[in-house]
Order: sequence, then structure tokens, then C-alpha cells
Amino acid sequence: MNQYPHNQGNFFSQHLLRLCIGLLAVFLLAENALAKLEIEIVEGIVGAIPIAIVPLKWEATTPPPLTLPDTVIVDDLYRSGLFNPMPPEDIIEYPTTGEDIRFASWQALKNDYIVVGNITGDVVAGYEVSYELFDVHTQERLLAQTLPVKPGDLRYAAHRIADAVYERITGTPGAFATRIAYITATGTGDNIVFQLMIADADGFLPQAIATSPEPLLSPAWSPDGNKLAYVSFEKGNSAIYIQNILTGSRQLISSFKGINGAPSFSPDGNQLAVSLSKSGNSEIYLHQLGTQEFTRLTNHWGIDTEPVWGSNGRYIYFTSDRAGRPQIYRILSSGGSPERISWEGEYNARASVSVDSKQIAMVQGVKNRYRIAIQDLESNRLIVVSNGILDESPSFAPNGSMILYASKEDGKGVLLAVSVDGRVKQRLILSEGDVREPAWSPVIH
Amino acid sequence: MNSITKILLTLMLVMGLAACKKDEVKDDTTTAPVVDKTVDTAVTTNAIDPRNHVDARNLDNPESLLSKRVIFFDYDQSTVRPEFRPVIAAHAQFIAANSSANVTLEGHADERGSREYNLALGERRGNSVNGLLSAQGARGSQVNVVSYGEERPICRETSDSCWGRNRRVEIVYTAH
Repeated sequence: MNQYPHNQGNFFSQHLLRLCIGLLAVFLLAENALAKLEIEIVEGIVGAIPIAIVPLKWEATTPPPLTLPDTVIVDDLYRSGLFNPMPPEDIIEYPTTGEDIRFASWQALKNDYIVVGNITGDVVAGYEVSYELFDVHTQERLLAQTLPVKPGDLRYAAHRIADAVYERITGTPGAFATRIAYITATGTGDNIVFQLMIADADGFLPQAIATSPEPLLSPAWSPDGNKLAYVSFEKGNSAIYIQNILTGSRQLISSFKGINGAPSFSPDGNQLAVSLSKSGNSEIYLHQLGTQEFTRLTNHWGIDTEPVWGSNGRYIYFTSDRAGRPQIYRILSSGGSPERISWEGEYNARASVSVDSKQIAMVQGVKNRYRIAIQDLESNRLIVVSNGILDESPSFAPNGSMILYASKEDGKGVLLAVSVDGRVKQRLILSEGDVREPAWSPVIH
Repeated sequence: MNSITKILLTLMLVMGLAACKKDEVKDDTTTAPVVDKTVDTAVTTNAIDPRNHVDARNLDNPESLLSKRVIFFDYDQSTVRPEFRPVIAAHAQFIAANSSANVTLEGHADERGSREYNLALGERRGNSVNGLLSAQGARGSQVNVVSYGEERPICRETSDSCWGRNRRVEIVYTAH
């Protein structure tokens, strides 16, 4: 992980004594928290864009964190599958500005792009991260930015740089400076503990925002990325809550008799689509936040659940077994007759809609095998992008480039991410217990 | 089988005796079953008749259908299989006869497919059992259905047999 141990060793030998013990404790705690999820690329693609991320020169007056921002940028770009960053150990020159770059060397090393820069400031007042992106062949400067960074936000700054580089080169906004929510279950029997977690999109900096001995499920982000709606069984039956992840304050939304499940925020953040069975059978309802109103949207003896809004708020996609087996339907959010969307496969459920509302991802069950399928809503063309047996809970990245989903490997719940073309796959591993139900946050501004 | 054989043997013996003492037929044929009955009631008062589905002691009697409280289901189905109908009938009898009895029907699904759909499926299984209970005399206020979907498996392996054990409704007495 650490690409210049020599430099860092010197730094530590010179400054270790001056280090405030409190700061050290903070670093160690942070680094421990980092260790919880590790990422492993399962499959990559040939022909990824070669890019050199030169270690950003550490010119701050306090010691660097154990994981440096350039390492985070390298990992982000690598994980996207579209880039092939030069291994840090192969880098032998360390330019920090465009003027220092000897382009011929980087061309000889077969790089298409190069990022250089430096970091100033300190751990108390904060940092300034400056970087430049160059095309190695044309020597054109494509990006130059200086980011003010609050103490503790270096990883976030690195994700933002990765986003900017990704967008400048591919033309698509990056989704690295986003978060994921997921549920973990650790322990068994009476000792089982369920946690609603949030972490950076790369799985780092995980933190529990709710912990319960009873099941937690179905986390859903508010469009501003500040709140999560989820289902908790803490009262013995299912109930829907909305929790503010910044303040920790929590609000009970629904605890009717029967199922209170599958919350989904409307794109404007004012309504919540939910599944309730208070009528005796699960139906889709719309709830105007801040009121006690629940308006029933579906009316059928079959199971209607897993509502999810299309990006413009016009349609709600949901799972229904009204035709005998679960399939995806959609209904106008203003009401009307549902229209069947999925036709291929005997079992289709749990839709996730892409940000442009052009695609849906869903769990497709065919002959005892459950995988993630993406359906183009215009052509209805369908591709299966995962190859597990028990894949579930697909969630589109906010830039539409990848899908995060849950699977089971060796009896353990794991999270995987796959590019929408199915070619690049990565696994996010939690060290213990089951990980499930990932939900990718919107882009947080 | 054993008890039936015993009864048959007793009857044959009685009939044999009756055949011998023709003039006392009436007395013998009436007294013999009476003797049998007293034996039977002696058994129920001491060891409980497992077929007595209104006696709370049978909830813990492994011989009684009342001790069976898990109903299993087929994949993606909520129809009660015929072999579980007698179990549900026994509980219906008990609940109908004991107005203070309350049960929670916990519906569950196997791990395949999506979690919220499985939550709905678990509820539908609970509702199926509830339908049979109320058709046989249980009052609505006595039965509560809660679905846990796939969140509370009793078996954690990925196999058909394990999935079969997880697709269930558990009848949990909260009062009796």
C-alpha cells in the first residue's frame, strides 16, 4: 500500500518524538477502521488506460497519514476497470509540477496520462492539495486544481481528484467521492447483531449508524445523501425509520400491523414509497413526508413490494407476483394501471433504476440460480452481469457505470461491484459476518 | 397399532367370554367396555391423552400434535401441504377452546431471491396458517402474524434440504 516506505521511515524517525500521542491514537484508530473492508479485483479488462499517479509530494508540516492520497487515487482508478495505473514501485522519477515532468521518460514507460502535485498545510488547520493532469503524448495540461482539505478529509479529497481525472479522460462523471450503505449480520443464534453501516464507496471508513439484535434491512438513501430510510424489527415487527446520518436523529415513519417495508425516496426527497400490508396483503403506498398520509397506489391480491422511483419521479417500479411469479412492473406515481416490464426469466425482483432511467437492474432467478440482470428500457434487451448463485440487491452507481450487489460465497454474504457491461468485477470483503443489501449513495455535493 | 391390537384382543376375549356365558351376555358386553373406559381415563388423567387438543399439557407432549409447531412450505408457495393440516387443526381446536390463548405465527422464507419479496412471502405463509386456524374456530384477536422473511433462518447452508427447513411458519404461543 505504502509506495515510499523509505521517505516515510525517515520522516517518522525525525518527527516521531514530536508527535502528540493523541494524534497518533487518532491515526491508529482511523487505520483500524480502514481494515474492515478490503477490496479485491475479481476480473479486470485488457486495454485499460495506462496512467501514472506520481506520489503527491508531502510538504505539510505534520506527518502524513498511513494511507496517502495518491494511493487512494491509484486504487479508485484501478477499481473502475477503465484505468491501469502504473504500480507505485515502478515509479522512479518524482516530479511535482508540470515543469518538472520529463515527458519522454513517461512515454517510454507507456503511460498515456500523468498526475503530479503536492500537499501543504498541517493536520490541525487542514491541507491544500494541488495537482495537475497531463496528456503524456501531447504534453497538454488537462486539469489543474488546488483543493482546500479539512483535517481528516484527505481520503475524500483523493476521491474527488479521482472523480475529476476520471471525468476529464472518460467524459463520464466519477462516482468515487460517494458512499455506500449496507447491512451486516455478525454472530449467530441469540448473539446475532445487525448493523446498518455506511462507508466510502471504496469500502473504507465504515461506521455503524444503527445496531440491533433484531433484523435491519432495506437501506435507502435520500437524494441529498444526508438521510437513510430503513426497516428495523427492533419492536418485534417491521417498522420504517428515517435517520439523519449527520446528526443521528431518527424518526419513526410507519409501524402499521403487518409488513412495513421497502422504503424508497422520491427524487425530490418529499415522498417515500413503501410496501405495507395493513390491508391484509402487501401493497405499494406513497407517504408524503412530514404528514401522516399514506396513499395506496396498488390494489391486487398478489404481492406488491420493492417500489423504487424512476429518476424523473414519473414512474415507480416494483415487484409483483400478480401473474403467478414475481416480475417487475411499473406504475405512474400519480396512479393508474401497472404495466409489466420484465418478461425474460421466471423470477425477476428488486429493481434498481439507473440515474437516466434508461436501464433497470434486477435479481433474475432462472432454474435455481439468482443473478443480476440489466434490462434496457427502450430496447428491452437484457444482459446478465453477475455469475453467482445467490446474487441479490443490485444498486446502480450514481454515474451509472457500475452496479453494487450482494452475493454469497463460501456461506458468507459479500458485496460485489460489476461494471454495467459485466466486464469488470470487484469484491468488497468484510472480515467477519455477513454483508448484504448495499445501497450506493447519490453524488454528494 | 399396539393399542388397537389390545382393544381388539380385549373385545375378542370379552366376546369369547360372552359366548361362553350366554345368559349373562347383556351384563358382560356392557361391563367390559366400562372396565376398558376406566382404564382409559386413568391413563389420560395420569399421562394425558395426546389426542386431547384442548389440554395445555399436550403443548409439551411429544406424542401430541400440539407439540408440533412448525409448518413447512414448498418453494415460492404459501399453500399448506396436506400433511400439516392435522397439526393446524389441533392448534385451532386448542385456541378455540382456550380463549386466553394467543399465538404469533412467524412466517419465514429461504434465502433465494430478494429480501423484501421474501418478507411478503413469509407473511403470506403466516396468513395461510391463520386462515385455517380461524376457519376452525380461532378468533382473530388470538392470532398475530409476523413475517421475518429470510432474516431468521434456522439452517444456514446453501442446499435444498436447508432451504426446505427455512420455508416455514412457526406457531409461537405467547399466552395459553
